[in-house]
Amino acid sequence: MTWALDHLGDIVSRAGQHAWLAGLPLVLGLVIAVPLGWLAARQPRLRAVLLTTTGLLYTIPSLALFILLPPLLGTKILDPVNVIVAMTVYTVALLTRTVADGLSSVDPSTRQAAIAMGYGPFARFRAVDLPLAVPVIAAGLRVAAVSNVSIVSVASLIGVSQLGYFLTDGYARTFPTEVWVGIIACLVLALMFDLVIQVASRLLTPWTRAVAA
Amino acid sequence: MIRFEGVTKRYADASGTDEEQGSVAVDDLTLEAPTGKITVLVGPSGCGKTTTLRMVNRMITPTSGTISIDGRDTASLDVAELRRGIGYVIQHAGLFPHRTVLDNVTTVPRLLGTDKKTARTRAMELIERVGLDPAMAKRYPAQLSGGQQQRVGVARALAADPPVMLMDEPFSAVDPVVREQLQNEFLRLQSELGKTILCVTHDIDEAVKLGDQVAVLRVGGVLAQLDSPAKLLADPVDDFVAEFVGRDRGYRALSFAAAPELSLADEPTVRLGAGADEVRAVGTPWVLCVGDAGEPLGWVRAAAVESEVTRTLLHRGGTVASTSGSLRALLDAALSSPSGRGVVADGDGRLVGTIRAAEVIPAIEARRDAAPAEGATAR
Repeated sequence: MTWALDHLGDIVSRAGQHAWLAGLPLVLGLVIAVPLGWLAARQPRLRAVLLTTTGLLYTIPSLALFILLPPLLGTKILDPVNVIVAMTVYTVALLTRTVADGLSSVDPSTRQAAIAMGYGPFARFRAVDLPLAVPVIAAGLRVAAVSNVSIVSVASLIGVSQLGYFLTDGYARTFPTEVWVGIIACLVLALMFDLVIQVASRLLTPWTRAVAA
Repeated sequence: MIRFEGVTKRYADASGTDEEQGSVAVDDLTLEAPTGKITVLVGPSGCGKTTTLRMVNRMITPTSGTISIDGRDTASLDVAELRRGIGYVIQHAGLFPHRTVLDNVTTVPRLLGTDKKTARTRAMELIERVGLDPAMAKRYPAQLSGGQQQRVGVARALAADPPVMLMDEPFSAVDPVVREQLQNEFLRLQSELGKTILCVTHDIDEAVKLGDQVAVLRVGGVLAQLDSPAKLLADPVDDFVAEFVGRDRGYRALSFAAAPELSLADEPTVRLGAGADEVRAVGTPWVLCVGDAGEPLGWVRAAAVESEVTRTLLHRGGTVASTSGSLRALLDAALSSPSGRGVVADGDGRLVGTIRAAEVIPAIEARRDAAPAEGATAR
């Protein structure tokens, strides 16, 4: 406990970096996954290709991705951009299916009514399909957030500063307290992400809480 | 007017043959849905009725033939513009669950560029017009009953005041009591609005009730008969139509025959609370009980009255015919009455008199002699 208090500044600063490395890819991944999921939901043939490909991306070990990316991107090994890109890849891998499923879950009679009322494909996506897919997408986003927070800690092996440092450093010094601090900090961060996503989802979907009066 | 001219729709088979050789959903259909009238497409599943409907707003593209609305070929119009100019009501309403009732109703006007305030004012009028409490405007569809959702569906279709409306099984997802209520209100609304309506149903009773004209389609999308409901019931063109129109059609056709002026018998009545002596003094086994405004409440069996006439003693099986009603209602009132005397009331629901089935039959016979096979237009 005293160790944690003594190192509070360090913990907070690493937690901030951790949040950045896990959070920004969440946003970027969502931005990429939405059009991909839209394509997948529209075209059954594309769906199979897209979902298999993105699904396979998730199986690439994170450490391998951290090491493989610098030569591909022309970045230095310590550059946080590598981590951001790698985490974005994982987010896209997880979210494309979710977005496609969310868009496909819209009631056919609702979709039919939207078409019959004269919505073009894009307007319908923006005004009807996407808002209705928010609960499903938010659920996928929560999984991706927790997964990101967990995977980012691996980046300490390549020396990018974040909460994973306490895990490797604590292990190297056989100092369990530090490892516990790292674990708990990751947990708290994951919970905060979860909370933010849940609140945002609630604000976007007042209709899901409307029940028969 | 919606006009179908030689419209055929083929679907490409699963084996991948092209559309030209595929299975036929609608076969060389030529049909006119006149302006301001309700045309109902009815038939068994697989008769292409929904396909026919959806070709009008180009949700489905015809393989050949043309569909025109007021003389303009729909294929030549911008598809979004075409659809915004056609009201569309579907089974289960198809409301947007993430939008309030008010925002659902304003959808098409907003797409057409009407400003929010104007659209909302108009939407509120429509919400009331279809029989919903204005307080419902702020609710989400999930907070409404099936019948209320369907009303919102109708209001939404009417919001941009389109001259043409398409309705796909509009009332089939609600229970029979609500359905009849919605049908009646819809007919009342239509009598005020006079839209050109094309409606699809699998229910011949609904078709006969709603339609100014009814098109019966057979499997494979061939038009079997297009006629007024009365003509359809009285004179089906073939066995298929006869079978589809169903039993009791002779009786049901009487719905379209306005009751002539018949001399009604005066009926002695008693009030609620009348004593046993008063009831027995009438001298008939069944005595009609009326309310304060003279409205018939029900028959009471004289022998069953111990002290006085109470509501629980009233027999409620008898229907009440209106003086402005149909021969069917008149006959039914007589047939359903425990006394054999059918109760007839005026437009305000007050008792006018009673009539026996034997006295209704001559009116039916007289009608047959006067106008053989002529479709009456009374509704």
